[in-house]
Amino acid sequence: MKYSGLGGRLYRGETSLNIIEARRKWYALSAVFIIISMFSLGIQGLKLGIEFKGGSSFIVTTTSGTVEEARQTVAEAGYQGNTIVQTIGNDKIRIQTGVLETAQSNAIQDALAAKFGVTVESIDTQNVGPSWGEEISKKALQGLLAFLICIMIYLALTFEPKMAIAAIVAVIHDVFITIGIYALVGFEVTPSTVIGFLTILGYSLYDTVVVFDKVRENTRAITSTGKATYAEATNLAVNQTIIRSLNTSLIALLPVAAILFVGAGLLGAGTLKDLALSLFIGLIAGTYSSIFIAAPILAALREREPAIKAHNQRVLARKGGAAPAVAANPVARKKKRRK
Amino acid sequence: MSYANNQRNSGEVKKARPARTLTVTLLITAIFYGVAIVIGATSINLGLDLRGGTSVTLQPRLEAGQEGQVTPESIDQAVAIIRQRVNSLGVVEAEVTAEGTGTNRQIVISVPGETGRRIVDLVGQTAELRFRQVLVEAGAVPTSEDDSLLQGSALTSDQIAAFKALDCSKPESLAGRNGDDANSPLVTCDREGGARYVLAPAQVIGSDIKGATAAIDQQSASGWFVSLDFTGDGTKKFGTLTQNVVNLPAPQNQVAIVLDGVVVSAPRINEAILGGSAQITGSFSQLEAQDLANVLKYGSLPLAFDRGEVQQVSPTLGNDQLVGGLLAGGLGLLLVVLYSLFYYKALGSVVIGSLALAAAHVFLLLFLLGEWVGFTLTLAGIAGTIVAIGVTADSFIVYFERIRDEMREGKPFRVAAETGWQRARRTIIVADLVSVISAVVLYIVSVGSVRGFAFTLGLTTVIDLIIIFFFTKPMVSLLAKSKYFQSGAKWSGLSPRSVGLVTAVEGKVA
Repeated sequence: MKYSGLGGRLYRGETSLNIIEARRKWYALSAVFIIISMFSLGIQGLKLGIEFKGGSSFIVTTTSGTVEEARQTVAEAGYQGNTIVQTIGNDKIRIQTGVLETAQSNAIQDALAAKFGVTVESIDTQNVGPSWGEEISKKALQGLLAFLICIMIYLALTFEPKMAIAAIVAVIHDVFITIGIYALVGFEVTPSTVIGFLTILGYSLYDTVVVFDKVRENTRAITSTGKATYAEATNLAVNQTIIRSLNTSLIALLPVAAILFVGAGLLGAGTLKDLALSLFIGLIAGTYSSIFIAAPILAALREREPAIKAHNQRVLARKGGAAPAVAANPVARKKKRRK
Repeated sequence: MSYANNQRNSGEVKKARPARTLTVTLLITAIFYGVAIVIGATSINLGLDLRGGTSVTLQPRLEAGQEGQVTPESIDQAVAIIRQRVNSLGVVEAEVTAEGTGTNRQIVISVPGETGRRIVDLVGQTAELRFRQVLVEAGAVPTSEDDSLLQGSALTSDQIAAFKALDCSKPESLAGRNGDDANSPLVTCDREGGARYVLAPAQVIGSDIKGATAAIDQQSASGWFVSLDFTGDGTKKFGTLTQNVVNLPAPQNQVAIVLDGVVVSAPRINEAILGGSAQITGSFSQLEAQDLANVLKYGSLPLAFDRGEVQQVSPTLGNDQLVGGLLAGGLGLLLVVLYSLFYYKALGSVVIGSLALAAAHVFLLLFLLGEWVGFTLTLAGIAGTIVAIGVTADSFIVYFERIRDEMREGKPFRVAAETGWQRARRTIIVADLVSVISAVVLYIVSVGSVRGFAFTLGLTTVIDLIIIFFFTKPMVSLLAKSKYFQSGAKWSGLSPRSVGLVTAVEGKVA
């Protein structure tokens, strides 16, 4: 047996992780994370990029200029508000200001161009009006809601309604965790972050779908077999798909890590970095929730059904009340005979 | 064997000829590439964030109770007018499009190259032109003499307060203020920020103008000016206006030419102008005069707009982002390939082949869509395709792991490749559809860069489905016939050790 790899042992139930049985632990763990998330969100809030709150950003390419010079130049150009000045990579300085009128923006461009000896056209500029953020925030929220509703309907139709509920709970879990991490660490939230975030929701569901597909297969004829409780059958499904889940998540993380590396390491800031960061955080949360949140919730929901309840009692009675770690292997073989 | 009742499905599989499916898939791909080359669709339209340029997003500005004014017609009309204005600059490849739906419609103007500032200034102007009699003229900054100036004028207390508070030396006072009411007096600055005005209700408006041209007066050295021709009705109105003010004391004998709420010039009227033409002077540069003439000629926008977002990307940054995006894509692809080889050994070659074909399809569609519907690839779009590499690879894993599952139950690879497919197919379709749904929802409810991302993500997911059905699966079926894979050789990725079973017998005993 020493050659049979972890994947094979998990598949046959020889090695079993009691994920469903230990569900209270996962719930508690997630609850702690979510509470921390909500606290940091309440206290610190999200650090919104200028696309959301309005404002202007100027990026000057210069090897000699300093942050202090840039700050001073902007002040001398007549802008009195708060400015955030930072260096990006080796040769760029980014200046962020509040909302500017076109005339003010032009004045700052001219001043920066004169100070650092570059042309006006080489300054990368972004001006965002005050009401623009409202618009895109509204869109993002609409997108999120529309997305959740569509997916819920779709999953309820393809799977079971309870699977749809469990999957959506897992997704909402991911939403909270990801937002919490952003609030806690103080990462900047830009439209690219939101794109990544919405993608993650899709991905988290993709992952959950893979697990649930196996759960459904293992539990299809459960009440007629009498060998495993619903939770045990679900647990076997989770165990059987855990390697696959980790594999798919890892392989999805690889390109994201590549984007993050290039975006943060080489380009310094912008679309790629923001996108990859939220993907990276969300992917990890999504993988976790598919296995440790979605499946246990599904088991809990199903076990409240009278038919499943009665079935579980029969199974436990047959086993003399002793709750075995897993009685799963028979189920795995049974599925050959299904349909 | 107990999986015999799967034969109902796998009956088709038996008839299926994987080699033929593969040939057809590759042939169709080649044919489409041929079509792309013949119609000259061999390059991808790059977005402004990848090659530099200016993009301006305009949002309709709504005062309370005006929601009904944002109709598809008014937006289309605005798009047409802005397009003419942009074209009048002689910029090639400029694009003006409307995005979004209902009252959330926006107009996006994209102009490649380095014309940034002029575009920004030009496109947002509503170009509401008005001729108003000057009632009060004063210096740029409020002074103690304001009160005596205002004495005897028929202004409301609000207007007086506004006049006293107005400081024309501040740049924000000069920003175009759209939507000034033609029927009431106006308190405003001149466009140089040198004077404050109180102006009478407008008597001549933009629609009274028939045409406008920029010209230069060499002799009087007054520089560039814009000459106007009035319509028949406009001629009459302008005649009456000038006749009324010509004999009044200064400054009331001046007529202010007001564009978007700011005074362009306020010449003194020396005699009644009855001939139906006038000149706007105001120490213009050549460009300014031409832009103004164009704006006046092409009419005023039906709606007032705010510049929601203005982005100017230099070609250098654009190039950096393009290189960065491609680098990230290459790196991501390489990592996925290495991982597949590490984990699936020889079977990983199927992943590599599939990803290569998927990449070929993505490029093909970007070529064709660029040619047919003007699809433009942005940095977010590149990110979408990179993320999709993961989604594509995921569906292979789902399939391969299913094959291994079947083998763990004692089936040989040849059988497991088919029965595993029956089960994996469903999971892959369901999971990919979730991805497609999210891409479609994102595309519908979003604007700008999000759309580019959603589009490529959805596109590549659909390609993934095509590849796995018409390439990956037949490929595995072919491999299943080879001795090498059937024997479960050490590096095949299907050895008992990789699959995790010692022997089929032991597996069953367990």
